[in-house]
Amino acid sequence: MPNTIPVVENILSANDQIATQTRAQLDRDGVLAINVMASPGGGKTSVILKTIEALHDQVRIGVMDGDIVPLDLEKIAELGIPVSLINTGGNCHLDANMVHGALPSLQLDALDLLIIENVGNLICPAAFKLGTHLNIVIASVPEGDDKPYKYPAMFKGADVLLLNKMDLCEYQDFNVDYFRHGVEVLNPGLAFFPISCRTGEGFDAWLDWLRDRVTQRSSVG
Amino acid sequence: MHELGVTQSLLDIALHHGRQAGAARINELNLVVGELSSIVDDSVQFYWDMLSEGTIAQGARLNFKRVPAELHCHDCEHRFPLNHQEYVCPMCGSANLTVSGGEEFFLESIDVDLDET
Repeated sequence: MPNTIPVVENILSANDQIATQTRAQLDRDGVLAINVMASPGGGKTSVILKTIEALHDQVRIGVMDGDIVPLDLEKIAELGIPVSLINTGGNCHLDANMVHGALPSLQLDALDLLIIENVGNLICPAAFKLGTHLNIVIASVPEGDDKPYKYPAMFKGADVLLLNKMDLCEYQDFNVDYFRHGVEVLNPGLAFFPISCRTGEGFDAWLDWLRDRVTQRSSVG
Repeated sequence: MHELGVTQSLLDIALHHGRQAGAARINELNLVVGELSSIVDDSVQFYWDMLSEGTIAQGARLNFKRVPAELHCHDCEHRFPLNHQEYVCPMCGSANLTVSGGEEFFLESIDVDLDET
């Protein structure tokens, strides 16, 4: 006889359970973990490099990178930062299992900040929790001001938004107000920093914000 | 783009609940999928037909209940579906809006044949 069995289970619940385990481990070791997401070419690696250069005297940083080649990680390792490559084999996003599996490759209790560079993509990474504390989304001026309208899930789930390559504004028809309005509807009050990795514009405010988050985390741990 | 992994998770959940209920066959899966969750129905069905082979859920039908994302105007209380061009209230022109819904992504229920039949 036919029967309907109620289920009501999130389809990504297996991923979310692993993310919860990762979060517990990070909290035990007192590490603030951030998930950096952007389009390919939006400036993830440049932002990470510049952030490390500015903070690594005060903050113990490690980096995990989801990529198919270790090019970006080599740049980061040259700064003397512990790094871990998650070879995504062309996958469209990192998931909780990949990150959890890579945790033993870093000495977490010797870190204050773990930066996880996700796969360049504005769609898929938004759906997969990693167990990180904060989602950092980087948009950039050449991508156009319509990105919050085309990829609402990514902007809705952000904890901080960087708008990179502000130095190119004068060459592009990028309407910052239109961009910000889209973001504000999706994610009211979202922390927003217009920056340029090339000129350094806006970086101090972003660094202050991040430094504060790391300090709060450390004082909790 | 990641429908293969998602479909595997879906199969695991359906089989778990089916077995728990003592099902001989799983005939249908009722899914609730929000507009913002970027899942392609046809692609999930395609992988489903491959992955479910040889299980009690082989050939089951996937029913997708789509949930739109909605904008809510705080000035005139009008609610309307999110379009992907501009976020402005079509009734009063206000930009004082927030979005709700559209992120659902869960298996609501399964239709099964129980063992005794």
